[in-house]
Amino acid sequence: MKKQAKFGIGIGVIIASLGFLAWLGYGESKTYYHTIAELETLKGPAKSQRMRLGGTVAPGSIRHLTGRVDFVLEGEGKTVPVSYVGTDPLPDTFVDKSQALVEGRPGPEGRFVAEVVQAKCASKYEAAPGGKVGAAPSSTERSGI
Amino acid sequence: MDVFGSFALVLAFVCAVYAFAGGIAAIISRHPLLIKSTRQAGMATCGLIFLATFSLEYLFFSDNFSIAYVVAHSNRDLSTFYKLAALWSGQEGSLLFWSFLLAVYVISVLITYRNKNGELMPYVGVVMAGVQIFFLTLNNFVASPFKALASPGVDGVLNYVARTDGNGLTPLLQYPEMVIHPPNLYSGYTGFTIPFAFALGALLARYPGEKWIHLTRKWTMIAWMFQSMGILLGAHWAYAVLGWGGYWGWDPVENASFLPWLTGTAFLHSVMMQEKRGMMKVWNVWLVFITFLLCILGTFLTRSGVVSSVHAFAQSSIGSWFVGFLALIILVCFGAYLKNRDYLKSENQLDSIVSRESSFLFNNLILLVSCIAILSGTLFPVFSEWITGDRISVGAPFFNKVNIPIGLLLLFLTGVGPLLAWRKTSTESLKRNFGWPLAIGLVTGLIALGFGFRQIYSWVCLILCVFVASTVVLEFYRGARVIRARSGASFAASAVDLTMRNTRRYGGYIVHMGMVFVFMGLAGAAFNRDLQKDMRQGDTMQIGPYTLLLQGFDTKPEKNYTAQRMLVEVLRDKKPLMMLYPEKRHFATTVENGTMVAIYSTLKEDLYVVYAGNSPDTQLPVLHAYLNPLVKWIWFGGAVVVFGTLVAMLPNRRAVLVLSGAQEPAVQTLAHGLTSSVTMREGHD
Repeated sequence: MKKQAKFGIGIGVIIASLGFLAWLGYGESKTYYHTIAELETLKGPAKSQRMRLGGTVAPGSIRHLTGRVDFVLEGEGKTVPVSYVGTDPLPDTFVDKSQALVEGRPGPEGRFVAEVVQAKCASKYEAAPGGKVGAAPSSTERSGI
Repeated sequence: MDVFGSFALVLAFVCAVYAFAGGIAAIISRHPLLIKSTRQAGMATCGLIFLATFSLEYLFFSDNFSIAYVVAHSNRDLSTFYKLAALWSGQEGSLLFWSFLLAVYVISVLITYRNKNGELMPYVGVVMAGVQIFFLTLNNFVASPFKALASPGVDGVLNYVARTDGNGLTPLLQYPEMVIHPPNLYSGYTGFTIPFAFALGALLARYPGEKWIHLTRKWTMIAWMFQSMGILLGAHWAYAVLGWGGYWGWDPVENASFLPWLTGTAFLHSVMMQEKRGMMKVWNVWLVFITFLLCILGTFLTRSGVVSSVHAFAQSSIGSWFVGFLALIILVCFGAYLKNRDYLKSENQLDSIVSRESSFLFNNLILLVSCIAILSGTLFPVFSEWITGDRISVGAPFFNKVNIPIGLLLLFLTGVGPLLAWRKTSTESLKRNFGWPLAIGLVTGLIALGFGFRQIYSWVCLILCVFVASTVVLEFYRGARVIRARSGASFAASAVDLTMRNTRRYGGYIVHMGMVFVFMGLAGAAFNRDLQKDMRQGDTMQIGPYTLLLQGFDTKPEKNYTAQRMLVEVLRDKKPLMMLYPEKRHFATTVENGTMVAIYSTLKEDLYVVYAGNSPDTQLPVLHAYLNPLVKWIWFGGAVVVFGTLVAMLPNRRAVLVLSGAQEPAVQTLAHGLTSSVTMREGHD
């Protein structure tokens, strides 16, 4: 066999198998991002997808209940009630009027069921230089390694 | 001082424009005085940037709360250490800091080569000035750090106002690593400008031979070393401060810092192909270009929040400037390449699939694939929105699925590559070089299997780590033995002598050894455990061999914050071992909270304890304990990598010729059936 052909096959096999793994990982972890306003317009299967939702925590709406924390997320003039059902304590930055990002699925009666909550103070936050824009806000999420 | 600083920045901009435009004129006219004056303008640019940076630091240290940037990032009670770091804690200061570090590199290059490489340096100077112009444009006109606070008075005229105290520094940044991590990472990002300037300059000048590669080798290694340190310090910061028990979350900004490291690593390896065999010239030039582009992209992602805006955090209008600059660089690179591509013709072809060349080829291939996978995963939300209208993000499973096999392949090549011969490797030499390491690796694997090791990736990683470490140790052993036979010195002294004779090769081995340690630490993550419990005083919790006993709480007022601490006693085998104090910190100035993790770290495992807030159900404080095996090896491996890089940058102690005196004992060892690879290959690498 020609040398070039051997290299071609070697390279092809590596790229194809990594591509396949990438496709698997994509299917496993893809998350849609929607605004609160968009949530109402979703139909069919799009409504049960795993998604992220960003907004501001409505003042005075945080209620600690057994096994969950309820609050209301506001954004673009709309609101959505959220139940946080994760096991980790909520981040330090999760307070009234903080910007929050919730990850989960829309549940019954228009209530969003969140497994992960990230939050940051609305008043003051700037990206860590060379640091962690996304990681800096406290989060209940534990992914990666 | 703010006026002084702004003035210095404006003047720096003017000087940079002169260095750029005058430099082009100098290249065309070849007038020696013009060449000299543009070089000096380049130096003046750097000097003025230093002055501007120092004046901003002065504003911080003198608590000048009439300057918006100082107000936003400092307060009177902030300790000196963090006032220094406040410089790069926000947008404007970070960009000034970029200019500052770039200026350090540029002035070093201009001074080092002021009387050398006359044909090439004007081109290099123009490229460096071009990059400086971009950042000075941002510093002067888009994100000036010297803006004073002002408010309109009754007559509509703006009046200066000064605040009595600032807003303070974000608590997350008040951590020692946050003072060291950004300068390191930024030194990496900015440092890749130098190889870029040389590569582009050499291409434009059609500079003969591989000289630009020799010239830039040290600069590339410096940048690469800082980038490595920056990434690991960032990981350690995330580990010690964010309190989630991990150190790498595939966050966009983390990824952004990792991308140029991958292509930079590829470049450091593939240049050897060009040096030894005159191959891969086009590839190398493009690797440098891409590395620099990724550095700019990384800065862009960090500063603009374009991807993180998925999380609706930190947004800024600065993005369009970066996009424009990226487009411009791509255009210039393509233009230069199309114009002078005949200059990059390869002199040789690949001979065999089992050769050093092909190992470099595969090393480069998988580093690039990893880079592309991480880049597309990071930018996925942006692209998916363009194409489908839906913003879709991918998470850790995507990145891990692709990058774990890639990491293992790379680790394999780390062991194999350096010992393969150029052109073609004989079966005989394969056996000689890899027989023992492979056997040791496999035996270790079998023993681990016997002990109930069942994580496939970690298991493969373990075998490869042992294999690679054995090849490295064997190389040192063989080389040192030759020297010992001749000089009679101890093994350790012979190994040092060996290293100093060919710092590049043996420094490289040390770096590889460091990577083995890092991989060992990463493999440990498969065995992480964690446990969370609501704790009353006197409650205990068992994790691994440790018993955690909550003795109580206390409140500790500090200068800039108040700390609430859990007093946790750690027992092992019912014997008291130590106390750990996980904290919650409340910063009054910023009305923010911070977490302080307590870690008991051993080579075997980290006991990582977090005061995780109060339980939603019981309102009791929650203790979250993690048992993370082998994490310390990652930080240790990082230190070894840095040490190896430093060794590889040292000049060889003796000329290669001197070593040829060692031929005789080497031949003797040959007679015993063992080849001394040191004399055989000396001078090749």
